[in-house]
Amino acid sequence: MSTAVDMPRFVRARQVEALPPPNLARGPIAWIRENLFSGPFNTILTLVVFYLLYVSVPPLVKFLFIDAVWTGTDRAACRADTGGSESGACWAFIWDKINYFIYGSYTISERWRVNIFFILLAVGVVWLLWLKAPRRDLGAVYFFWVFPVVSYVLLTGGNENFSGRFWLGFAIFGALVIALFAFFAALLKTSMRPALILGGGIVAVIGITLALVDLDFGLAHVPTSLWGGILVTLLVATVGIVVSLPFGIVLALGRRSKLPIVRLASVIFIEFVRGVPLITVLIMANTMLPLFLPGDMTVDRLLRPLIGTALFASAYMAEVVRGGLQAMPKGQYEGAMSLGLNYPQMMSLIILPQALRIVIPGIVNTFIGLFKDTSLVAIVGIFDLVKTIEASRIDPNWAAPTIGITGYAFAALFYFVFCFGMSRYSLGVERRLAAGQKR
Amino acid sequence: MDPDAVSTEAARNGLTGARLGDNQDPSSHVELLGEHTNMKKALVSIAFGLTASLFATGASAQATLNSVKQKGFLTCGSNTGLAGFGQPDAQGNWTGLDVDLCRAIAAAIFDDPTKVRFIPLAAKDRFTALQSGEVDVLSRNSTATMSRDTQLGLDFPVINYYDGQGFMVRKKLGVSSAKELNGASICTQQGTTTELNLADYFRANNMKYEVVAFATSDETFKAYDAGRCDAFTTDASGLYAERLRASAPDDHIVLPEIISKEPLGPAVRHGDNQWGDIVRWTHNAMLNAEELGVTKANVDQMKTSENPEIKRLLGTEGKFGEAVGLTNDWAVRVIKHVGNYGESFEKNVGEGSRLKIKRGQNALWTKGGLQYGIPVR
Amino acid sequence: MNSVQTAVSQTSPPKKSFLYDPKVRGAFYQVVLVVAIIALFYVAATNAIENLQRAKIASGFGFLNNTAGFDISQTLIQFSAAGGTYGDAFIVGLLNTLIVSAIGIFFTTFLGFLIGIARLSKNWMVAKVAMVYVEVLRNVPLLVQLLFWYIAVLGALPQPRNSLEMGAGFYLNSRGLFMAKPIWASNIGILVAVLLIGLIGTFIYRRWARKQQEQTGRQYPVGKVTLALVLGLPILTWIVLALIGANPISFELPRKGTFNLTGGMQILPEFVALLLGLVTYTAAFIAEVVRAGILAVSKGQTEAAGSLGLTPGQTLRLVVIPQAMRVIIPPLTSQYLNLTKNSSLAVAIGYPDLVQVFMGTVLNQTGQAIEVVVITMGVYLTISLLTSFIMNIYNRRVAIVER
Repeated sequence: MSTAVDMPRFVRARQVEALPPPNLARGPIAWIRENLFSGPFNTILTLVVFYLLYVSVPPLVKFLFIDAVWTGTDRAACRADTGGSESGACWAFIWDKINYFIYGSYTISERWRVNIFFILLAVGVVWLLWLKAPRRDLGAVYFFWVFPVVSYVLLTGGNENFSGRFWLGFAIFGALVIALFAFFAALLKTSMRPALILGGGIVAVIGITLALVDLDFGLAHVPTSLWGGILVTLLVATVGIVVSLPFGIVLALGRRSKLPIVRLASVIFIEFVRGVPLITVLIMANTMLPLFLPGDMTVDRLLRPLIGTALFASAYMAEVVRGGLQAMPKGQYEGAMSLGLNYPQMMSLIILPQALRIVIPGIVNTFIGLFKDTSLVAIVGIFDLVKTIEASRIDPNWAAPTIGITGYAFAALFYFVFCFGMSRYSLGVERRLAAGQKR
Repeated sequence: MDPDAVSTEAARNGLTGARLGDNQDPSSHVELLGEHTNMKKALVSIAFGLTASLFATGASAQATLNSVKQKGFLTCGSNTGLAGFGQPDAQGNWTGLDVDLCRAIAAAIFDDPTKVRFIPLAAKDRFTALQSGEVDVLSRNSTATMSRDTQLGLDFPVINYYDGQGFMVRKKLGVSSAKELNGASICTQQGTTTELNLADYFRANNMKYEVVAFATSDETFKAYDAGRCDAFTTDASGLYAERLRASAPDDHIVLPEIISKEPLGPAVRHGDNQWGDIVRWTHNAMLNAEELGVTKANVDQMKTSENPEIKRLLGTEGKFGEAVGLTNDWAVRVIKHVGNYGESFEKNVGEGSRLKIKRGQNALWTKGGLQYGIPVR
Repeated sequence: MNSVQTAVSQTSPPKKSFLYDPKVRGAFYQVVLVVAIIALFYVAATNAIENLQRAKIASGFGFLNNTAGFDISQTLIQFSAAGGTYGDAFIVGLLNTLIVSAIGIFFTTFLGFLIGIARLSKNWMVAKVAMVYVEVLRNVPLLVQLLFWYIAVLGALPQPRNSLEMGAGFYLNSRGLFMAKPIWASNIGILVAVLLIGLIGTFIYRRWARKQQEQTGRQYPVGKVTLALVLGLPILTWIVLALIGANPISFELPRKGTFNLTGGMQILPEFVALLLGLVTYTAAFIAEVVRAGILAVSKGQTEAAGSLGLTPGQTLRLVVIPQAMRVIIPPLTSQYLNLTKNSSLAVAIGYPDLVQVFMGTVLNQTGQAIEVVVITMGVYLTISLLTSFIMNIYNRRVAIVER
């Protein structure tokens, strides 16, 4: 070790004094000493944090609960000049407006339909997210087909009154689809029956959907301009997830495809969408979509941001799914191929079920982001929860100093409960999956 | 994922579906779906057809009247909420001067003022909505200007409210004229003529100001009410309407200066003259009715009047209504369901309302105002 | 399962057809895709052209040279309604976006690292408070937080006539924060030159000190010398110049006017609210990134550093953070990008950023939706692509170091 002199002298020359033996004491006092006051620095830190809490928490509790106004019918309750209290949150305002915050201006006599929509949504979500739920494959069919169709009919009233020409067009379309399947089966010299069943199935599903939308269930029509509040917030989020998951999977597969043009198209779409803010996508959907359609056709105002958010979420979902696909060991692909499975079979039977399972936390996290982002539709004039609160803030009946803060506190609470719940769920699944990996 | 769900979704959301078909990886598990793109035309027409029937309220540029009759209702672009002009209540019932005009048009066509669907539009979306055919008529306190008339492809058949831009300030500032606003910060709504007039006015008077622009009138007024700005500017009628929403309406005054001409009126698409005529004559029927003393209450008795002007207006003489594609009693329908211009004005913005705006320039020409009904003959 | 049967039977015939050639099929699929995309763009483009013609909306980028005719509250370059063009308005908006993002990134990095490290603190209180911060801020939409900050900031501030005087030329009221505005004299060049000399000197000294340390192990007071050269030298020069009567910097103090303070520098409340919202929100995400990065450093490293006799502070600074940075930097960059993109929410509180000015006012005044949307998206896209390009280079370098 003659070179030691030239080496950096990071080695201590003197022995550091031995640390005291570990504290083996148990009990609350020992715990406090160890965790809060283990040294001068820690003690100062603890005291600083205590001070910060002392400064922030009591006034907050006081504002939100102790001084809050819980009952009242108009602004008098929350204004000092009319004998009310201005120092606390005006929960009476939320209570008075709660129906507006939930349903928007949805026709009052028809609001039971919205309630059923909420219940159907809850059933679908629980079915899919509860890992031990029975028949989750049926759950998927329910969530991605039955539920959207039923909800559409419920919320708008259905009864689209398609013309005979429309049905004729559909019949031709259906026949063409089935013929095409048959043609390919013949060309590929495969048996005819499964091809016909598949083609017929697709036509049948579209047909049933259209028929349901067409049928008159005696429900009054409720135009989308009346929808609002939590209904719209949940609707945007639901449509986002229902569209973005399948579309995201397709994009992810495209990005991993060996076909260069397919890959390029997917990459361009994904990177483009991920590179711009959602608000620009929404403004684009709002102002440019009508320009790209034939002159005599328009898109519903509510549908535009729905398309915008769904496309936006798809790009993020695609990246999550791609992560899952990349995490699959190569052996899984090779094993599938050696069994003679073709690409669709390999993907749908072997790779995707496993890949999607490991990215459940990522999917849920994307969904949390999507759920929070639904609030941006307020900026393009859609009456979601945030917009209804904004609109209520300027109601002269409730003009009081604390109204704004109370409204935002309510919105924050609503989003927090949902997002925090979902993030806990995702953590739970993550832990469960990790446990499965530990051998 | 099962392929059925994808295809259903594609069909349900026509548009999204079309994109799905184009962006998907053809070699994926939904490969057979990809084949549809072969018959691009068929699919696109179906998808578009679906979209059209599911979500669209289609209206062709050629014959708005026919498409309105076919739909069975009128779509009317309205304000997102401006007291006195166009505002929904919590139940979604619309009221206001601009709303009444739409109801009058519906009454003229269907004899039923409820056959209107109101589409609340932000200032920045309103003309696109009209151009794209989303609304049949835009009755949303929009200023008629030359560039909008000639460059945006619009027509303003009538002016149903003569307005001008003004300022509102807090009383305690002690300001009594807009000329004293040098150095003030002013809240305004972006994308409106208001924003441009404001810049012109301060430049012309060689005054400095700080502009704070917001996307919607709600946000603008909220910021003013919260003390962000010294002054708030919009059309004078809007100032009175917004003042009602202030936390303490009596603390604010509207300054006397009117810095611009703002002829507000309904807009229709350029090129459909018949439809423009209907809007023009609906408004003129209301004006003439007021001038001739025909009101909601007495319109039925007036049918027996011997006054030739009233007879022509109410369709008991001549075939004036049929010439624009309506029935001859179109004016009766309008007046019976909505009332004459004066009644509508008083109910929505005048003494009968909370706004208490004087008739002023909007009085009939016979009373020194600018509202001049074109004769029916 | 229909598809299974179809597929199985597809593979069963032994006879080879060119249809089974994966290359042929692949080419076929790609041709279909290209045709579909072209058809979609063609349909959209023809419709757009037709619609624009019918609506009589002009097209092309000529509008950028037209006079804007409106004013903007915060302009970093000279801009007025009379002389400014739409193109100038675009630059004003872009600069406003960039400045709020740059300042936001600076503060949020600091706050994020602080909270991230606090989450791993051995002090139970500190860790829990940091956790609550992260969970609450992360799970409430940024828009709600921004709206909250805006009315909270506006509500807490006094009216201009009762401006809060904070000393040293600082005033606070509901029009924003006012402060002294430095006015550069012509001899400011001297100060800049001195600053440059200081920076170069620091650089040389640091290299020398490093070499010396590598050779002899002796440590030099790098920090103090840096401070003296970079800050001390220019300040000394300034004082000397001021004493000889050639003060290079003078200050314009805000004075009370009829409505508001005039003169000086003004920071808008919209800017403050946006900055607060962006910084606190993004910091919660950065904290998680930092925590994950630190946890990714194996515990053995900490223990080894401890056994070498490094203090916990030194361990963090010299051993843990440098290794954690490798894990932290990629997600950190994407958080910076998120912050930049999220600054577009300024539109909700009236801060004149790119989206508010360009996609709001300019789009409305000109009606040229397509051009405006394309330009705006192009800006954000350029920023993100540029960042990810630099990130890729960085990642490659880090990866080489690793092996």
